[in-house]
Amino acid sequence: MQCPKCHALMHTYNRNGLQIEQCSGCRGIFLDYGELEALTRLESQYTAQAPYGQAPPPPPPAPYPGQHAAPAPAWGAPQHGGHGRHGHHKGGFGRMLFSS
Amino acid sequence: MSAATLPADLAAWARDGHPLPYALLADRPDGTVVRCGDTVAKAHAGDSDRDALAHRVRIAGAGALAGVLLPPLRTGSVNGRPASLWPYGLPVDPRRPEDAPWEAAGRLLAALHSTPLGALPGPVPPMRGPAKLARALRGLSRTHPAHTPAGSAPEAAAVRAAARTLPAWTRVEAAPPPGGVLCHGDLHLGQLVRYPAPEGPWLLIDVDDLGLGAPAWDLARPAAWYAAGILDAEAWPRFLDAYRGAGGPAAGPPGSDPWPQLDAAARALTVQTAARALVKAAEGRRGLDEVERLMVDACDRMASLPADLESAAPS
Repeated sequence: MQCPKCHALMHTYNRNGLQIEQCSGCRGIFLDYGELEALTRLESQYTAQAPYGQAPPPPPPAPYPGQHAAPAPAWGAPQHGGHGRHGHHKGGFGRMLFSS
Repeated sequence: MSAATLPADLAAWARDGHPLPYALLADRPDGTVVRCGDTVAKAHAGDSDRDALAHRVRIAGAGALAGVLLPPLRTGSVNGRPASLWPYGLPVDPRRPEDAPWEAAGRLLAALHSTPLGALPGPVPPMRGPAKLARALRGLSRTHPAHTPAGSAPEAAAVRAAARTLPAWTRVEAAPPPGGVLCHGDLHLGQLVRYPAPEGPWLLIDVDDLGLGAPAWDLARPAAWYAAGILDAEAWPRFLDAYRGAGGPAAGPPGSDPWPQLDAAARALTVQTAARALVKAAEGRRGLDEVERLMVDACDRMASLPADLESAAPS
């Protein structure tokens, strides 16, 4: 399936019997109905059994910028969708585009 | 015969000992280049693998790559450095990056990546992109050693942290993914010329890093510039669409999201560019310029993303 946020391909992982979809682009996680509750239940069982060690994966970070002209990766600059900064970089722009 | 006389000696070699005025186009440890009339002579890096370099130059002359790579005129040795002679082609004007031939670049890479390996003088050496990332990270370790003030500055820390998110093959710490194709290995806007100058078709030049590897590497520098917000938002789709429209294999079919296939290499080139920028800034005793800072910012975002859930393969 495709990520509802950035439309990259989502991969399915099995964790403790739960099917979790994670986006290959923005690393966002998609939970089916009831899965959040199941995860919460597993977490409370886990913390009851053992000293709190490995936390469940944190929620996806920084909001993904909307209105893309073209898809961009999750680590991309937030100004995507507008015009590039072409022409506003003085010498550094040309230097970088023409060197190894 | 020394480094100081290398450009003049190279020009004399280019003219068979009948020197003409020459123009010094580049003079760096990895290559000294002079233009002499309608030819360009290059003295390659002194630490080049000479057999592999000779092989790469022979590949540039292969008939299967006519119309894709500029073919060499001859090779030799100047002041102990391996040298090669090429016809002069007209480059993109560095003062006018907006004139960059993005469509031609995309088509040329698609053709390069689609070259049947059996049509080349073999065996094809490995593409050197990952080796250059590893070298850039070693350079960063020298100018910004960990556990020193320079090494723990936020910029150096961000580049190191982003480097830790990269797959091992991008730093030559593991075998590259299977299914390698012929790659350029160091694509940027200085690697395109019109030959015959000034109106001929665009061709790729500079085969020092050419070889078998992951084709995403050749798209990764423009991809990194685009992702970091440096490249004009229109330039990236012009390049990508031309590449995919010409049958290039690295980025999925036209219209699909290219990032699942480009992400690792684009991260790698972002880290490499940021690492080299920090080294160059330290050597020049200056701060980062605006575009260099954008590449470091991209490293910072990369390092702050959660890791993949990928310890098990996707089901």
